[in-house]
Amino acid sequence: MFGYILRRLLVAIPTILIIITVAFFMMRAAPGSPFDLERPMPEEVRQNVLAHFGMNRPLHEQYFNYMRDLAQFDFGPSLKFRDKTVSQIIAEGFPVSATIGALSIALAIFLGSILGSIAALRQNKPTDFGVMGLAMVGITIPPFVMGPVLALTLGLYLGWLPTGGLDPRLGMTPDRLILPVVTLALPQIAIISRLMRASMIEVLRSNYIRTAHAKGLPSRVVITRHAMRAAILPLVSYLGPASAALVTGSIVIEQVFQLPGIGRQFVTAALQRDYTVVMGVVILYATLIITLNLLADLLYGVLNPKVRYE
Amino acid sequence: MAPQNAHPNAELLEQSAIKGRSLWDDARARLLRNRAAVTSMIILGLLVLLAIVGPYIWPHNHATIYREAVWLPPTFENLHIFGTDAQGRDLFARVLIGLRMSLAVGVVATGVSLAIGVLWGATAGFVGGRLDQFMMRIVDILYSLPFIFFVIILMVVFGRNIILIFVAIGAVEWLTMARIVRGQTIALRGMEFVEAAHAAGVSRLSIIQRHIVPNVLGPVVVYATLTIPVVILAESFLSFLGLGVQEPLTSLGRLIAYGAQDMEVAWWTLIFPGATMMLTLFCFNFIGDGLRDAIDPKDR
Repeated sequence: MFGYILRRLLVAIPTILIIITVAFFMMRAAPGSPFDLERPMPEEVRQNVLAHFGMNRPLHEQYFNYMRDLAQFDFGPSLKFRDKTVSQIIAEGFPVSATIGALSIALAIFLGSILGSIAALRQNKPTDFGVMGLAMVGITIPPFVMGPVLALTLGLYLGWLPTGGLDPRLGMTPDRLILPVVTLALPQIAIISRLMRASMIEVLRSNYIRTAHAKGLPSRVVITRHAMRAAILPLVSYLGPASAALVTGSIVIEQVFQLPGIGRQFVTAALQRDYTVVMGVVILYATLIITLNLLADLLYGVLNPKVRYE
Repeated sequence: MAPQNAHPNAELLEQSAIKGRSLWDDARARLLRNRAAVTSMIILGLLVLLAIVGPYIWPHNHATIYREAVWLPPTFENLHIFGTDAQGRDLFARVLIGLRMSLAVGVVATGVSLAIGVLWGATAGFVGGRLDQFMMRIVDILYSLPFIFFVIILMVVFGRNIILIFVAIGAVEWLTMARIVRGQTIALRGMEFVEAAHAAGVSRLSIIQRHIVPNVLGPVVVYATLTIPVVILAESFLSFLGLGVQEPLTSLGRLIAYGAQDMEVAWWTLIFPGATMMLTLFCFNFIGDGLRDAIDPKDR
């Protein structure tokens, strides 16, 4: 187990280094610079600005300087927001993204496993077809269609929920979180309920479920305590890919609902060539996804005694 | 080997006596019995036809601006059946062009992912050993990366180039294909019928043609069909963020992004592109599921 973690970490570190390197040089290869204004600035001013950020040096030197700072957890200053560091920008945006992501995945696991179990228990009956049909809809409708449509119907026409905009002064009130969280969770609910259905069907056929029934346990207990508990196991290994999907989805959600999260900052920063912010977000998310993948695998090993990591 | 020239037409005679049904015939029959898949194929056929021919015969051009008809609700007058957008362009014409773009991206990018994935997976599977380990480890690592970030950066770096969108998305989506092909190749290598063919003296090329290719083809076709909607989604996602194709060309994702902006005043600018996109994705998913059930019935 310990050796397994160590080996995974040994792979993770070069992976992250490669990501950082590729992102660094790709960003620098992009035409344009963070200091392009409507009016071109005089050459001397430009040189001064570049010198201030150490960007007048040769590229490889900049790269090594960046890596050196990074080793001290210094992500550098933002090139667009004058008086903010990248760490500050991330600290502002990440809680928003993380809250929405965490709530979404919790909602998706909860609803997905229940819906999947119901479908499995009513296999090939109308309920099953209904749930699986809905799951198909959930998978096919992309968040960037679902988000605006929900905002249009529930927000604008019915007026039940605010359509968006998390005002930092108002804080993240629950009613403002509902639409983004639900939109982000829907595809995941769909995928998880499909996975859960398949795994539940398999579990329900197994001998120990028959035994549980035979010894006279009420169906409710057999299902919740014996079947669902075993059926949920394969879902754990889906958590890794799910986290990546949530990160991708959050970029759209934050755009649709005007949330001050990190995904939106990433797109803006990339378009404005705010090199340091782009790098910071990429590093953060790469680390996050790799960590979550590792955690999901470990959790799977803990929950399933048949799996042994060596 | 059977004695030669026992009867010059023995083979032919035998064939006419018992008309054999290949696995593919069975699969086709199963597919045609699947109502959802058949309906999807018909609808998708119509959509493809519309996307190819539509822009030529539709009276409005996707780039023509009708200044007097901004945000016109859907009407049969002047044939603005989907209404017009914020600049007074006919929405139906724009949806047709968008659909064409999305379908083209779907097919081409899937082709790219297919080419990379099949080559990568087949090489790893056939060669095996250390190379296999190494190649699949790379796939594992790539799997855990936040790819969308790199695609976004790529778009920023190289500008919004259509060809690049095709390649970039295709280059992202090949991983699962590589895994599938590798698994199939390895499984087939050890199969008895392949060994039997070897023992019977069938040449390597014939084995590949007769046994390996048809058996790998099934899962590959299925997965390719299911990749198309994923790719279409990826392109729309980029377009939605304003990183995809550029005006006056458009894609469904771009139209949806405009629609999302304008939905408070003009719901049709969101609903029609959105519905077209969903319909397309639905069709591909149902066809993919149908193909999977038809080709690999044991998973049903």
